Amino acid sequence: MRRDGQAVEAGRQTSFVGRPLERVEDAALLTGRGRYADDLGVKPGTLHAAVLRSPHAHAILKAIDSSRAQTSRGVRAVLTGEDVRRWSQPFVVGVKQPMEHWSLAVDRVRYVGEPVAVVVAENRYAAEDALDLIRVDYEPLAAVVSVEQAIREDAPLLHPAVGSNVVSDRSFRYGDPETAFDRAPHRVRLTVHYPRNSCTPIEGGVVIAEYLPGEEGYEVTSNFMGPFSLHAVMALALRVPAARLRHKSPRDSGGSFGVKQSVFPYVVLMCLASRKAGAPVKWVEDRLEHLTAATSATGRLATIEAAVESDGRIVALAYDQFDDVGGYLRAPEPATFYRMHGCLTGAYAIPNLTVRNRVVLTNKTPAGLVRGFGGPQVYFALERLMQRIAVELKLDPLEIYRRNLVPPEAFPYRAAAGALLDSGNYPAALKLAEHEGGLAELKRRRDEARAQGRLYGIGFAAIVEPSISNMGYITTALTPAQRAKAGPKNGAIASATVSIDLLGSVSVVVASAPAGQGHMTVCAQVAADVLGLKPEDITVNVELDTQKDAWSVAAGNYSSRFAGAVAGTVHLAATKLRDKLARIAAHQLGVAPQDIAFAGGEVFPRSAPERAIPFARAASSAHWAPALLPQGESLGLRETVFWTPESLAAPDEQDHINTSAAYGFAFDICAVEVDRDTGRVRIDRYVTTHDAGKILNPALADGQIRGAFAQGVGAALMEEFRYAADGGFQSGTFADYLVPTACEVPEPLILHMETPSPFTPLGAKGLGEGNNMSTPVCIANAVADALSPIGDVSDIRLPLTPAKVMGLIGIDDPAPSRSRERATEPAMGDGGGRALTANGAIEIAAPPEAVFKVLLDPQALVQVIPGCHALQAVSENRYRAEVTVGVGLVKARYEAEIALSELDPPRSLRLAGSGLSALGAARGSGRVTLEAIPTGTRLSYDYRAEVSGKVAAVGSRMLEGAAKIVLAQLFERLGRHAGGAPAKRESWWKRLLRLLGWGK
Amino acid sequence: MKRLEQGERHTVSLILNGVPRTGRADNRTLLSDFLRHELGATGTHVGCEHGVCGACTVRIDGAAARACLTLAVQAEGRRVDTVEGLAGKDGELNDLQQAFRRNHALQCGFCTPGILMSCSDFLERVPGPTEAQVRDMLSGHLCRCTGYTNIVKAVLETAAERQARREEEKHA
Ligand code: FES
Ligand code: FES
Repeated sequence: MRRDGQAVEAGRQTSFVGRPLERVEDAALLTGRGRYADDLGVKPGTLHAAVLRSPHAHAILKAIDSSRAQTSRGVRAVLTGEDVRRWSQPFVVGVKQPMEHWSLAVDRVRYVGEPVAVVVAENRYAAEDALDLIRVDYEPLAAVVSVEQAIREDAPLLHPAVGSNVVSDRSFRYGDPETAFDRAPHRVRLTVHYPRNSCTPIEGGVVIAEYLPGEEGYEVTSNFMGPFSLHAVMALALRVPAARLRHKSPRDSGGSFGVKQSVFPYVVLMCLASRKAGAPVKWVEDRLEHLTAATSATGRLATIEAAVESDGRIVALAYDQFDDVGGYLRAPEPATFYRMHGCLTGAYAIPNLTVRNRVVLTNKTPAGLVRGFGGPQVYFALERLMQRIAVELKLDPLEIYRRNLVPPEAFPYRAAAGALLDSGNYPAALKLAEHEGGLAELKRRRDEARAQGRLYGIGFAAIVEPSISNMGYITTALTPAQRAKAGPKNGAIASATVSIDLLGSVSVVVASAPAGQGHMTVCAQVAADVLGLKPEDITVNVELDTQKDAWSVAAGNYSSRFAGAVAGTVHLAATKLRDKLARIAAHQLGVAPQDIAFAGGEVFPRSAPERAIPFARAASSAHWAPALLPQGESLGLRETVFWTPESLAAPDEQDHINTSAAYGFAFDICAVEVDRDTGRVRIDRYVTTHDAGKILNPALADGQIRGAFAQGVGAALMEEFRYAADGGFQSGTFADYLVPTACEVPEPLILHMETPSPFTPLGAKGLGEGNNMSTPVCIANAVADALSPIGDVSDIRLPLTPAKVMGLIGIDDPAPSRSRERATEPAMGDGGGRALTANGAIEIAAPPEAVFKVLLDPQALVQVIPGCHALQAVSENRYRAEVTVGVGLVKARYEAEIALSELDPPRSLRLAGSGLSALGAARGSGRVTLEAIPTGTRLSYDYRAEVSGKVAAVGSRMLEGAAKIVLAQLFERLGRHAGGAPAKRESWWKRLLRLLGWGK
Repeated sequence: MKRLEQGERHTVSLILNGVPRTGRADNRTLLSDFLRHELGATGTHVGCEHGVCGACTVRIDGAAARACLTLAVQAEGRRVDTVEGLAGKDGELNDLQQAFRRNHALQCGFCTPGILMSCSDFLERVPGPTEAQVRDMLSGHLCRCTGYTNIVKAVLETAAERQARREEEKHA
């Protein structure tokens, strides 16, 4: 009888978890009915904010004059550092150092793009207009833009009170690394750089904030997606109890990839702006703001060394790492280091380890969460090292992998630094990749190509992919003594609520703040399976309201915590509710609760399946007829479960830390061909093998892998935030910060294995970040292998742009031709920003004396300098001027200082200028030489100019052209004023046309 | 040519997804802002406002165009089609939208409306595209979530379906 009941149960219910179901999210998104933050209606009277940002990488903020902006049309308020000091306090930071980070710069700016003031106006257009009217008096300071510079003894200090740009320096030792290094027959060592980049979601940050006077609190809607531990950071900064900072996340988010974490300082900033304006304020981050100032992966400089036995077995590993975190240590940094700390030995059984981590400040945008978080940096060092070991020991790379992988029988395996690798079969994954991925075929292609002199290479990468971060890992940055004082931190609490309403329909509410990963679909699958329903019977709400919903410190969308933690917690909550329902139904049917089954939308005793009642009926009686509940049963059909992985403890005395609850595995093979003539890297095949435990929805899983892979390709070949030597930011548009399009992303071959995690409710692990970690280094290894016939290349730096690859091949770009008129390629200035240099000569039909006179005459000078409106002498040969300069379609009014020096009449002088405008700062200086010739004067010039700020960020491709036009105008006018037109007017025009690319 | 003064508000009338609509705009108001915030058609998204990402793509008189590089006043009297106009009367997804759903060609969906509008225009002009042609067309759009594969599949599938339907009609 019982068996029959089970058969009925099985027959009625198909399991939805594990199937590639279509997404419940899609209908709305495909018809334009998404509910992204900027789509939500706002309260009438809501104002709009625009943020004034620093054009300098490093400067003292001496004064701000916003009086003109305040009276500009439509402007209602201007928020400055003074207000911010009055109403808030600096953000708390993860290490104990005397440095302050406010939501707005108060006395010093430390990166280009740092917020300096906020204009609040009736619309965004009016707010942006008024930005141009704010006068800021900066005293520029020398900037540090690389780790190497920042750690020098005499480096300019970002936070002088700290006394160093290194704000955290911790060393770790596990096992007995000294002995291992002493004894090992080989040592292989490598220094690597990992660039600053970001996964740049297509939707920017959005904040709608309202100050609630009387309640002394704030209400915010934003697309901040967690970790919600940062809610505490925001509330503390605003000096309100957490309950008085009500934060709501909308249903849809236009991509996050960790990056939307960086919205949190703007939540605070807009709360303050609303307070100042006395009305709700909305801010929508634009692309320039996002690229310049939102966030970045940390830049990493690492030296890694392995002690290796002759057979390729690694017995010890040593890391010496520097993380470039930018101008401030913004929470949760220095987490980039520590997220990976427990598993720094990767997929390998290496018992001995030393680590030194130094966190370095530079004059760049603060770093933060970017998909892969910490993984791309670690594996770029570790997996490049694996390739080097193979090269230096002349061993087959796969042989080295096989010798070192954690053996399958060792799971759960405690890694040297404390990660408890939960499950897996790494050698089997390797075999799968090798066979299904067609490695033999790729090797054959490589042989053929090499025989023909073509550059073809194969690279590998093996990674463990952590998911569900231990909230305590970040405290590994503190010493055991500091930790003891602060109290232990650990765990990764997830929550889910499942409820049933009066008509028996089921709702699931989770605090996972998704951004396109299909959480609604998967939650519906999970709950449907538990309750014997169909996914379409389940309504999932993923909006998160911190005042009403169940959430805790780890809530949010990061660290690939959804599949393992959140979906698992939905399962637990649904099971708890089902058990309650079973007790109620059993009571009514007069059977034991264990006998009750849920399948096919019905509830029935297994012993008597014919007595089935519809699910809705069974459920609704708990609402309509509480008197029928079994004795002692609680009211209501709503269960909230909080769950944390038991394996996540706080770091111990010896700094062992299990940094994540689950660890997936990925093994990648990449074959590339490098074009000898262009340096272009073509991916011939990419194989990626994943073991992420139980897969909840294979279609969504593959979507995550493809997306991460595309971002990995971008990081490998295209993406980098570029900075000039003075900290000027140069990647402010999608035309400057290149990301892969459909033409650059090949289709990877995806292979799966499923070794369930023993530590998560459904056996699932995260898998959405693996390729962000594995793909960049796998491609780099393939390129290194491809170039090996040319020579032994160990220093591979990303992104591998064609120019960089040509550099590795050994052919630099052809030297610029020595044409007199040619502006040389923009170069990195020594202390400069986007540097332009040019030299040239022009003939003027007037004697040198006349030309020289014009240069010394302010009256004449005002007419000679293009775009000059007013010129005021401030001292001898020093002038203050207002000059309008156009670059492309943008025009900016610069307040400039012009100075003449090194006067040697009538032969030569130096003309220098510097200026500041809404578009940024500019300075330049040039030497002008006059030489008498029969037709008048030959004027030669040699100048160098540097620009920073907005112009450098968005217009660098147009700068040279603009500079040439200005220069040409300058000398043409000079000639005219000196008494004659330039002698060769026609040729001048021709030259200008040629410079603009219109003539020959 | 009509001259529009700065600071003045203008009335802009256009046909949005077949419905005559009127709103107010400055001479510098972008079409993307006008559609979203004046007419309430928030399906069209904004990802860069400098013409690279393609999220704002709409069709103006049938041709795919960047709403962020178009002024609202330029759309006066024109036919503007956006993602909101693709589905049938009762909201049933059209063949392209269905193919996107079937193939999991979207994740966050932020790039999707622009891509759908480009594809709609493209498939009318190029009924039987090759994969390379589809990828080339898609290269005017940035998607950070999907890695593009499934988008390419969805477009090719839609093209094949339409081709088959045309064949059927011919033979019927
Ligand atoms: S918003 Fe128009 S192209 Fe990006
Ligand atoms: S689906 Fe998110 S950007 Fe394309």
